[in-house]
Amino acid sequence: MNDHSGSIGWWGVVIGVLAASVRGGTPFLLVSLGECLTEKSGKINLGLEGVLLMGAMSAYAFSYKSGSPWVGVGAAAVAGAALGCIHAFLVSRPKVNDIAAGIAMLIFGSGCAFYFGKPFIQPTAPQLPAIALGGWSNLPQVSAALRISPLFFFGVAVAFAMRWFFGSTRWGMHVRAVGDAPAAARAVGISVKRTRVLCIVCGSALGGIGGAHLSLFYPGAWTEAISSGQGLMAVALVIFARWNPVQCLWASLLFGGAQAIGPSLQAVGISNGYYLWNASPYVLTLLVMVLTCSTKRTLVGAPGALGTAS
Amino acid sequence: MSPPPDSNTVAVAAAIASQGAAARAPFRWRPAAEAIVIPVGAVMAGCVLFGFFCLFQEKNPIAVFAAIYKAAFGSWYSFQNTLVRAAPLMLTALCTALPARLGLVVIGNEGALVVGGLAATAAGLAVQAAPMPVVIGVMLAGGMIGGGLWITIVGLLYYKRGVNETISSLLMNYIAIALMNHLVNGLMRDPSSLNKPSSYPIPDDKMLPTIGNTNVHYGLFFGIIACLIAWVLMEHTTFGFKVRMIGGNIRAARMAGLAVTRLGLITCFLAGAAAGIAGMVEVAAVHGRANESLAAGYGYAGILVAFVARHRGLPIILVATFLGGILASGGILQREFKLPDATILLFQGMVFVAILYSDSLYGRFKFFKEQGA
Repeated sequence: MNDHSGSIGWWGVVIGVLAASVRGGTPFLLVSLGECLTEKSGKINLGLEGVLLMGAMSAYAFSYKSGSPWVGVGAAAVAGAALGCIHAFLVSRPKVNDIAAGIAMLIFGSGCAFYFGKPFIQPTAPQLPAIALGGWSNLPQVSAALRISPLFFFGVAVAFAMRWFFGSTRWGMHVRAVGDAPAAARAVGISVKRTRVLCIVCGSALGGIGGAHLSLFYPGAWTEAISSGQGLMAVALVIFARWNPVQCLWASLLFGGAQAIGPSLQAVGISNGYYLWNASPYVLTLLVMVLTCSTKRTLVGAPGALGTAS
Repeated sequence: MSPPPDSNTVAVAAAIASQGAAARAPFRWRPAAEAIVIPVGAVMAGCVLFGFFCLFQEKNPIAVFAAIYKAAFGSWYSFQNTLVRAAPLMLTALCTALPARLGLVVIGNEGALVVGGLAATAAGLAVQAAPMPVVIGVMLAGGMIGGGLWITIVGLLYYKRGVNETISSLLMNYIAIALMNHLVNGLMRDPSSLNKPSSYPIPDDKMLPTIGNTNVHYGLFFGIIACLIAWVLMEHTTFGFKVRMIGGNIRAARMAGLAVTRLGLITCFLAGAAAGIAGMVEVAAVHGRANESLAAGYGYAGILVAFVARHRGLPIILVATFLGGILASGGILQREFKLPDATILLFQGMVFVAILYSDSLYGRFKFFKEQGA
């Protein structure tokens, strides 16, 4: 038995969960930022689950074909934006329910990803390089835990940039106006339709990049079960984060950590209830929604026109 | 934030409520034709999209459609295969269709199916010594209660806490599957199932039999009967009228004194019970035990069926048969055209997108307007 892993015992669980909250939280972060941008403009995009799968598949395929993982990341963004275009086209039609459109895009996106991804399940694609911050420690668990995905830093940058965008720029104000009061926005000459289309397409591109993290960093392979509902949890996560991009960052870390409880406990020999622990992110999401939602009042920070037909 | 209801809304609501379902409008064929032509046209448009996709993949679309037709409806044998797949689709479609009339988008079909299947298995195993009809009856009740309570939770979260029903029901799909994995790997595990952890099996002679000398099991009857009941309940009873009124305008329904929460929860229970029967049928007629094969995607396909059928009971029977045929043709597409099994999912996605696009077309064609209205 290895000395180090023997000596740290339960700390292994803690380090494992912390490491996983960054590793597993990155896709949550990118997808929830995409969803946040979309919802700020007043539309819900449940189709981000399909976008995530499509992003993961195209990232893996293009990384494999081109030999460069960064080409893969770009391809994932383009694929996400392409699905976003279809979604935006659907929801900008009158009388089309955006939740139902999201379900359709979920099925269509996963169909596309599984269809075109079939030949890429076997081969190994070049992975994104990790940024190692753990060189100072001689514990292998710690240095392994601090090998962080470059996309995590990208996500953090986007989160702060988005806060600045919403708070201090003219375009950010336009997006918020469209999401809060589309009629008023229209009256001052902002194109509601164009703003929403742009927000949905950019949000979907972010979701696609989140998918690239899944297939090119962690778990680091393309399989059909790779996203397992993360795109949908993002919708709940945005509610939890009160439509605030920086709070999306903290919420994503929490969700990423919750995902790792089961495997980390199993690693120290506790396999009792392993399958139930696997449900912990979903249970956590439900709990968060039960605690934060209310029938009596609208949530603080919620875009006024969210989910209404307009 | 919402303005108080004006007296007009209240008066209209009260008038509608007092009239009840008794007042029947004369049949208008033009709007009725619209309700048929637009969805059928959308499905055809989805097929055309898929045809172009086949061309793009260098397959002859006509040959592909001919193969799908042959595999689905071409012979009595293949049609039986289609019907076996249509049965759970009819039942899971109701899980989306019934709450849709309340204005809720519930997509917890897969979870309710899994929980219904688990509950039916547990109930069936508990009474496995009893004669076959008793075992089947107990399993049916178990499946209905399991699936029904599962979706009732979604309804409770919505009405009591305002939790978005689409997201909660979807999350509960994953929780249901985790619960199943927990049980078939632990408490309910048959030690002889090595590769694929499963529950103890239902005895062979207590399984749901097939109809006559066909391969089609009685689950098809359950499906058709459930759809017919749903049709009568939603379109021709006061209960259905109240539910549709809530779906039309929840505030007006409240003002008219309807017990919105109670009606909503009952509808959610019925919806979950239907999907629970689908799980029971899959266990009692197909797999014989509960394992991961239960989550085979019938729940998700059921969502599409409900939307194409516009959430009405009678069309669900037809649409489920149609989609059952498409699902049954997956094997042929793989063998004859080297198309991966995801092709069917992609096809479903295209039809779904076309159907949603068609939602924006209602009322856009002059032809379907009632003359002089």
